[in-house]
Amino acid sequence: MTYKSYGNHAILIEWPSKIDENILKDVILFKNKILKNNSKVIVDVINTYNSITIIYAPTIKNIYNEILTLKSIYLSFSTQFEGKNYCWNIPVCYDLKFGLDLKEISKKKGLEIDSIIDMHSAPIYTVFFIGFLPGFLYLGGLNEKLHFDRKSNPRLLVETGSVGIGGSQTGIYPQNSAGGWNIIGKSPISFFDTDKKHPCFAKSGDKVKFISIGLIEYQKIISLIEMGSYQFEKSIVK
Amino acid sequence: MIKVLSSGFYNTIQDIGRFGYGDIGVPVSGAMDMYSAKLANHILRNKETDAVLEITLSKCKLLFDKQCIVCIAGANLSPKINDKDLPLNSVKVVNKGDVLTLDKPIYGVRSYLAVKGGFQTNVVLNSRSFYRGITDEYILKKDDVLPTKSIKTEMSNPLSSVKIDKGHFRAITLEAYRGPEYELLNKEQRAKLSETLFTISKDNSRMGYRLEELIANTFESMLTSAVLPGTVQLTPSGKLIVLMRDCQVTGGYPRILQLTDDAINKLAQKTTNHTFTFKLSF
Repeated sequence: MTYKSYGNHAILIEWPSKIDENILKDVILFKNKILKNNSKVIVDVINTYNSITIIYAPTIKNIYNEILTLKSIYLSFSTQFEGKNYCWNIPVCYDLKFGLDLKEISKKKGLEIDSIIDMHSAPIYTVFFIGFLPGFLYLGGLNEKLHFDRKSNPRLLVETGSVGIGGSQTGIYPQNSAGGWNIIGKSPISFFDTDKKHPCFAKSGDKVKFISIGLIEYQKIISLIEMGSYQFEKSIVK
Repeated sequence: MIKVLSSGFYNTIQDIGRFGYGDIGVPVSGAMDMYSAKLANHILRNKETDAVLEITLSKCKLLFDKQCIVCIAGANLSPKINDKDLPLNSVKVVNKGDVLTLDKPIYGVRSYLAVKGGFQTNVVLNSRSFYRGITDEYILKKDDVLPTKSIKTEMSNPLSSVKIDKGHFRAITLEAYRGPEYELLNKEQRAKLSETLFTISKDNSRMGYRLEELIANTFESMLTSAVLPGTVQLTPSGKLIVLMRDCQVTGGYPRILQLTDDAINKLAQKTTNHTFTFKLSF
């Protein structure tokens, strides 16, 4: 692990440059210890696959002291692991109405559309972190057979809830956005809601399972969400 | 209340930014030139955290429908009240029915209108800063109404003003720290980075400024990691992007420099075709 200053308001901690579940576990454990320490000057703690960036409100006066403090937090023994992680069942409608690029992937990969849907909804994906847009989950675990290059001409508008494949990654657009990922379906679920105490239900270290649903089920869930009576299916990850 | 008669091109309500939500992908936002925004609030003896209106190089016309105490700092966009010049960096009492216009740029790019007590638009996730997908409004539109506090005006001294250093708007060097990936640059790349006079391309916004000149990019792709306002990224094409207040929280390009707070504020007062050099500190 390395500790670096990043400007005069932030410290960057890096693990080996790998996408690896064990590194993620260590990253999240350290992040939770930093958050539990309740520093008055730290305003944001952002983790990615193999890094934590700690952002301070005031300028950092003595970087060596701060790094020393962080190192002792890393080594501190944590008796309980506070943050529970969940596996979220995310309904996705892979109907061609929403799966705008399913036909193209099917043609270029020589795969039946049904088997693309099966391969995409089979794995339990890991939420490595959230970035790009508010509520955009960086997921690990896409079947290699589904890796598919981004579109050379990004769409100017990808609708909220669209599920896409970009290279070796898969994810859901949490809001209308321009985007170059290949769209294979749409989820009726909201991934970011500023009215909620936790605007994004998922967090780093959680799991996601996609559940294939039809158009009727999709509309039904939309109505339930509008009435405020949609219940997420989730289970605790051990 | 202030009614928007003419909205201009890209004008937004901003405060010191939105902190604590970076790990769910929420950008920091906040006034692009934080120095000038804070100055406008300071002159009015507002709180540093009060929201101001950021006006970017465009015509803008606002109608006051109650008495307000205001101050404009930052760029000089020829502000006028009812066609009479309004001095910058000064306290001014405006009356019900007065019209404020901003139009021709004299110096700088972003102007800040502060009102006594601060703009009272909705607080979303601890901040009033406009951002698409977070706040209901993300740019000012014609006929928008900006709520303000009711203020007793007798208390104020309408003559108080401060002198500012115009160097803030004319800086030709921007101070920067080494970024996390600076060490990967070779000798020639480092020399090029500190010697080149960089030009701001037309692709510049609250998210970031793309620069025209190229630095040969020899890096392998890196894993996505956190980025900050003021981070200078080296893209695969060799062009640099200086991230600004509305930047995403993570990015996948090498972070070769990190601007100082002062340099971010100074860059916010520059636009297309303006030039500058980076000056490495430490």
